[in-house]
Amino acid sequence: MMLELGNIIINDVQFGNVNKVENNVLHVNSESLMEIVLEDDRIKDAIIELARPGESIRITPVKDVIEPRVKVEGPGSIFPGVIGKVDTVGTGRTHVLKGAAVVTCGKIVGFQEGIVDMTGPGADYTPFSKLNNVCLVIEPSEGLSPYDYEAAVRLAGLKIAVYLGELGKDIEPDKIELFETKPLLDQVNEFKDLPKVAYVYMLQTQGLLHDTYIYGVDGKQIVPTFMYPTEIMDGAIISGNCVSACDKNTTYHHQNNPIINNLYKKHGKDINFVGTIITNENVFLADKERSSNFTVKLAEFLGLDGAVISQEGFGNPDTDLIMNCKKIERVGIKTVIVTDEYAGRDGLSQSLADADFSANAVVTGGNANEVIVLPPMEKLIGSYAYVDKIAGGFDGSLREDGSIEVETQAITGATNELGFNKLTARSL
Amino acid sequence: MVKGIEAAGIPVVHICTIVPISKTVGANRIVPAIAIPYPLGNPNLDSKEEYKVRRTIVEKALNALQTEIDGQTIFE
Amino acid sequence: MALKVVHYINQFFANIGGEEMAHYAPEIREGAIGPGLGLDRAFKGEAEIVATIICGDSYFNENINEAVAKILSLMKDIEADLFVAGPAFNAGRYGTACGTISKVVQDELKIPAVTGMYIENPGADMFKKEVYIIETANAATGMRKALPKLAALALKLARKEEILDPETEGYLVRGIRKNFFAEKVGAERAVEMLIKKLNDEEFKTEYPMPEFDRVEPGKAIKDLSKARIAVVTTGGIVPKGNPDRIESSSASKYGIYDINNVITLDDENYETTHGGYDPVYANENPNRVVPIDVLRDLEKEGVIGSIHPYFYSTTGNGTAVKSSKNFAEEIDNKLLEDGVQAVILTST
Repeated sequence: MMLELGNIIINDVQFGNVNKVENNVLHVNSESLMEIVLEDDRIKDAIIELARPGESIRITPVKDVIEPRVKVEGPGSIFPGVIGKVDTVGTGRTHVLKGAAVVTCGKIVGFQEGIVDMTGPGADYTPFSKLNNVCLVIEPSEGLSPYDYEAAVRLAGLKIAVYLGELGKDIEPDKIELFETKPLLDQVNEFKDLPKVAYVYMLQTQGLLHDTYIYGVDGKQIVPTFMYPTEIMDGAIISGNCVSACDKNTTYHHQNNPIINNLYKKHGKDINFVGTIITNENVFLADKERSSNFTVKLAEFLGLDGAVISQEGFGNPDTDLIMNCKKIERVGIKTVIVTDEYAGRDGLSQSLADADFSANAVVTGGNANEVIVLPPMEKLIGSYAYVDKIAGGFDGSLREDGSIEVETQAITGATNELGFNKLTARSL
Repeated sequence: MVKGIEAAGIPVVHICTIVPISKTVGANRIVPAIAIPYPLGNPNLDSKEEYKVRRTIVEKALNALQTEIDGQTIFE
Repeated sequence: MALKVVHYINQFFANIGGEEMAHYAPEIREGAIGPGLGLDRAFKGEAEIVATIICGDSYFNENINEAVAKILSLMKDIEADLFVAGPAFNAGRYGTACGTISKVVQDELKIPAVTGMYIENPGADMFKKEVYIIETANAATGMRKALPKLAALALKLARKEEILDPETEGYLVRGIRKNFFAEKVGAERAVEMLIKKLNDEEFKTEYPMPEFDRVEPGKAIKDLSKARIAVVTTGGIVPKGNPDRIESSSASKYGIYDINNVITLDDENYETTHGGYDPVYANENPNRVVPIDVLRDLEKEGVIGSIHPYFYSTTGNGTAVKSSKNFAEEIDNKLLEDGVQAVILTST
C-alpha cells in the first residue's frame, strides 16, 4: 500500500461567512457547523468556539481531538465504516489540514475527560495547545444514556472533522510525504538484510468510555489482526475513549501515530518495517490470554526480529502489555514497550501494576500522578463543574482564583503511550 | 492492599478478575472473578442465576480462607 | 555568616577506639574532629562544623531509641542549619546508624541531612529513599573524594537549591520517579532503543522492572461458623453521592461504611466512584463488586459467624501502591482491634 499525505499548513483559524481554507488560514462558519451537529436529535444544543496557540484559554472536559483530513485519490473516505463506507483505505492521496483540529467537549460522560490549556505551564504537557482548535461544546438531550451521549459526541466530532477536511480537497499542499508498505513477501525481499520489525498497537477496549473502533467495529470484538500502517493514517482507527485523559489515544493520536512515523523514518535504513498488528485490552482474563496468544502468533508468522509494543491506559492493561511483551520475547523476538507510570504523587511507588523481567526495554511517557498547578485562564471553553471529579482531580482541585491543582493525569495527552511527547520520567 | 492487610497475619482472600496482577502484587489466596466491571456477577443472567454465580465465588473464597497454604495459590 | 553544621561520626573515626570501644554512648564535642576537619575545609567557609556528635556503632544499633533520644537532646540548643553523618563507607552498623540518625534529624528537627556510604552498605538500601546518601568507595581511602561531594550536596540542601540527578550530584538513586522533558519524543526513543537492542548494542531502559516483595500467607481459619469476616474493596463502592469524596482515580483516602442493618447493596443507596471501568453494571447492582447479599445469607445460614459491621472501600486504579499500603496498614489496625479473623478483598 502506498499513501501520499499532502499537508496543508494551517496557521490560524477564524470565524467567517463561508467555510474555506485560504492562505493557510481556516475560516469556519459557526451556523453551518451547528446545523451539522444538530442533525443528531440526541444533541440538544451546541456552541462552536475557537482556541488558538498562546491564547489564555482552558478547554475542559475534553473528550476527543480529531484532525481534518480528506481523501483526494484512491478508494474509500476518511473514517471508513463510521462516516464513510467501509472500503479499505490507505492508498492514493490524502490531504491534511496540518495545524488544525476539532475538539469535542461538554458535560462529562464519565470520570475521565481532560484539560487542554492553550498557554502557560499546562500547555507544555499537551500537544493540542499547539493547534488551531475548533471546539464543539455539546449539550445532550435530556434523559440520554451515557452510551448514547458518548456516541453522539463522538459522531459529531468526526462529522465536523470530515466536513472541514473537505475544504482542503482542491488546495495544493505545502508539503507531501510518501509512505509505502508492500505485501509481506515483497516487503521482506525489498530489504532482505535488514531486521524485520512490526508495530504491536494495543487499543483500549474495556467498555463504555474505554472503546476504540476499527473500520467501525468495536475493538473488543476483534481478534488481533494485521493492518497496513497507512490505513490508520486514513482514519481506520478512531477513539470512543475517555480513559484517563493523559494516556488515552484520541483520534488525532491514531491519525498521527508517532511510532508508525518513526518506524517509517528508519525503514530501509536500519529496519524493514513490515506492518502493524492491532490488538485489544479487554476486561476478561480469557480475552487477555487469547489476544496475546494471537498477537504472538502473528508476530511469529510475520517472521519478525523485533517489535515496538504500545499500551493505552493503565492498571489492568498493564497485564495485557506484559503478556504481549513476555510472550513475544519468549519466541525470540526483541521488544521495546511504551507505557507510562503511576508512581504516586511522591514518585515513590511501583509504576506499573504488572511486571516481568523480560520487559527490559521500556520507554515511559512520565509519572501521571505527579501534581501540577495550572494558573487561571482568561477564558473557559466548556465547564469547571467537573474538575474535582475527573481522573487526576481531587477534592479542592479547583481553587477560588480559577487555578487548578491536578495530577498530570488530567491533562489530555500528557503521558501518551504512543510516545507522542518529550515528557518522560527518571529515578532520582 | 492485599499484602498490606495480610502483613498483620489476618488471612486475606483476593477475589479479582486479573489474576496475573494479583499474583504480581503478592496475594496469597486468589479466587478468579468474572469480569472487571462485574467481578461477582453477570448482567446477562437473570437475577436468580446471577446470585448463584456470586454465591459460588464467595463460597470458593470462604473455602480458600479455610485452606492452609504455603505460597500463592489460585482457587479455581 | 557561615551555616552551622553538626557532624555525626562513630567511635573509630573519633579516634576513641575500634571494636572494643563500640559500646561508647553518645557525646557531643565542640568543633570538627577527624573526618570533620576535611569536611570543614570542603565547605570553603560557606558552612562550619560547630559540633561533632560521637556514638559507638554497637551502642547505637543495640539501643536505637535511647541513642536517638540522646542525640536529639544534645542537638537541642545548637540551632544547626545542616546535619552531616559519616561517611560510613562499607561499615554496616555505622551505615545504619548514619541513615537512622539522618532521617530522624530531617524528619523531627526539620534540619536538612545528608550522609555518605558504599552502595552495598546495608544502610544504603534501608535509607536511600528517604535520605540523600553520597555514594563513596568501600573503604576510608575514598574519604578525599567523598568529602567535596558531601559538602556540595549539603550546602545545596541547606539553601533549598534544586537537587539535580544522581549522576551529577553523586548521591545514590533514591528510586523517586520524577518527570522531565527529554530531547526527543518517546516514539523516536523507542525506535532507537529497538534498533540498539536488535544490533546487540547497549541500551538503557527508562524504567527498570521492579521486584515485588512477598508476605507470608495468614493461617487458615479453623471454624468459619464462629469467625468474623470483613469485606474490603478496591472497586470504589460507596454510599450514593460519595460522601467522603473518594477520587475516581489516584485515591488519597478510603471510606469506612456502616452495613450493620444492610442486607443488600441496592442501587438506591450505593454506587461506584471507580473511574477505571464501565460503571453501569456496578451501579445497577453494587453486590456485583461487594457481595453483601450473599454474605448476609451465609451468615443467616450459620456458615459464617458474622460479618464485620463496616466495609472498607477505595479505588484501585491509578492509586499508588504506597498509598494503598498505608490504607492497608490503617485498615489492618482497625480490623485487629475489632477482632476480625479474615478478610475478603474484592477488586475490579
